[in-house]
Amino acid sequence: MTNNASVEEVKQETPVTEQPYKSRKDMTKGEYIRIQMKRTWVGYVMVAPFLLMFLAFTVAPVVLSILLSFTSFDMLQMPQFIFMDNYIRMFLDDDLFITALQNTLMFAITTGPASYILSFVLAWFINELSPKVRAVVTFIFYAPSISGSAYLVWKLLFQGDIYGYVNGWLFKMGIITDPIIFFQNTTYIVPICIVVALWTSLGTGFLANIAGLQGVRRDLYEAGAIDGIKNRWQELWYITLPEMKQILLFGAVLAITGAFGFGGIVNDLCGNPSTDYVAWTLTHHLSEYMGTRFEYGYASAIAVVLFFLMIGANSLVQKLLSKVGS
Amino acid sequence: MKKLRTRKHAVVLNRSVGGDAVITVMLTILGIAMFLPVWYLIVTAFKPLGERSITPPNFYVIKPTLQNFIDLFTNMNSTWVPMSRYIFNTIIISVAATFGCLVLGSLTAYSLSKIKFPGHNFIFAVIRYSLMISSTVTGITNFFIYVALGWLNTYTISIVPVWASTLGLYLMKQFIDSNVSDEMIEAARIDGASEIKIYWSIVMPLVKPAWLTLIVTTFQSVWNAGASGYVWSEQLKTFNTAIATVSGVSSGAGSAAILLMMSVPIIVFLINQSKIVETMGSSGMKD
Repeated sequence: MTNNASVEEVKQETPVTEQPYKSRKDMTKGEYIRIQMKRTWVGYVMVAPFLLMFLAFTVAPVVLSILLSFTSFDMLQMPQFIFMDNYIRMFLDDDLFITALQNTLMFAITTGPASYILSFVLAWFINELSPKVRAVVTFIFYAPSISGSAYLVWKLLFQGDIYGYVNGWLFKMGIITDPIIFFQNTTYIVPICIVVALWTSLGTGFLANIAGLQGVRRDLYEAGAIDGIKNRWQELWYITLPEMKQILLFGAVLAITGAFGFGGIVNDLCGNPSTDYVAWTLTHHLSEYMGTRFEYGYASAIAVVLFFLMIGANSLVQKLLSKVGS
Repeated sequence: MKKLRTRKHAVVLNRSVGGDAVITVMLTILGIAMFLPVWYLIVTAFKPLGERSITPPNFYVIKPTLQNFIDLFTNMNSTWVPMSRYIFNTIIISVAATFGCLVLGSLTAYSLSKIKFPGHNFIFAVIRYSLMISSTVTGITNFFIYVALGWLNTYTISIVPVWASTLGLYLMKQFIDSNVSDEMIEAARIDGASEIKIYWSIVMPLVKPAWLTLIVTTFQSVWNAGASGYVWSEQLKTFNTAIATVSGVSSGAGSAAILLMMSVPIIVFLINQSKIVETMGSSGMKD
């Protein structure tokens, strides 16, 4: 725990706290914190309701999942401690888990960076437009991600019969004689899902980029031009990216969370499970063990793996991004 | 950029005509690619049956009709639970979830940003970390917690867990950090204003864009998600599940349904677009 209240603040407030005047130097750390806590008790009251919810629905579940992942638990009997057995089984005995892990990594590595770069590059392009045009173009790119169900339109485009848009054209041009059932064909499932995921990925991070670029001070660019910056690229590298660093970090967090949580789109487009498990991700594997097999201990172990993948990817990317412009 | 160039005192920035052209072309191509599926959806929703069976389908509609929407509403009337009930549920859940989020989120954001009690940095760090994990990870144990609380199949389960969401709170805290100065708060404290008073009469009016953003993002996610997955009574379900079940009749009615579902969050966003973008401007992650 840290406390940021400055020394001056304490001096100002000391008369109120009924304590004899004591400067920060004369106090032990514990004493100082106690005085601070007394002074700021309203703060604790204000965060309490939220914190209670947050502990119950986010923190406790993560901690409990980690504990449960070392047990065998079916909700009928008490959890039995089995130590690492779930993890050993996962990596040695469960081929489908390996498939899920590979697919999750594959989707994360393709859609994550692609959507992240796309959301920055597009925002960077849009930033050059006049305000009115900018608002319209922003909306066009953001619209697909606003609605949770908009991506179902891809079902119409790639419909598995002759009335689907793609099949209709392929048929007309004589490339196929029978319609391709895209969402059950192992060749097409993964690419289509990636395209759809990218299509819906320009969300909050994209808006943050647009706003962040607007917030970079104009005089920095003007000063840069005087100092000999020759083109857009140099401007981007020496001024824009360093100024945008914090927003880039925020966007990265959202992109990673989205990329590793991939799964819902597959269910709605290709059914569950997808043909030959080609798009079977950790999300699917987890819900299978939780919802169908009731092996909560094992499902928790999968959740823990996913959790550490997300946290690990984040710290890696944050480290990479901290090098930008330096 | 044109504006910048013509400003009398401004330095001319390095902008090549070629670069401008490339950017315009790229934006146009990508913009069309992004928008075409939405356009196709709109067109299909207004196509009569005859035009929907043309192969390959047209990207325009010759005789637009409202028949698909009429079909959709006719099907809605035949559902077991009246459609008004689904709409009522959606409104109840969205309003309660959004209101709770706004109250808890803004109180917490103010306290973390301006009261700075011992431990506030730690709490905010945990909140920031929570943005890094998706709901999949917490799903299993959340289920046990709902069982223990006896919330399965109630309104509560669709409402209360939303109050713990952190994105809106995060954005609001960052916005307060960069738009409300510590000096102003300190001055109010010296004048004898209570923390609640400062929160309500000084900080909240200053961060209107942030609470609009919080309202819009929460509303959108609740609207899209509907009732919780652990609700199975038809009477407690929401408009989006209802619309999904009746939309299966034809591609026309299906498109009409998706269009209806999309239009609400889109309209809400369009009304508030400038405020939302303003809020996002301070979303950066400070170390």
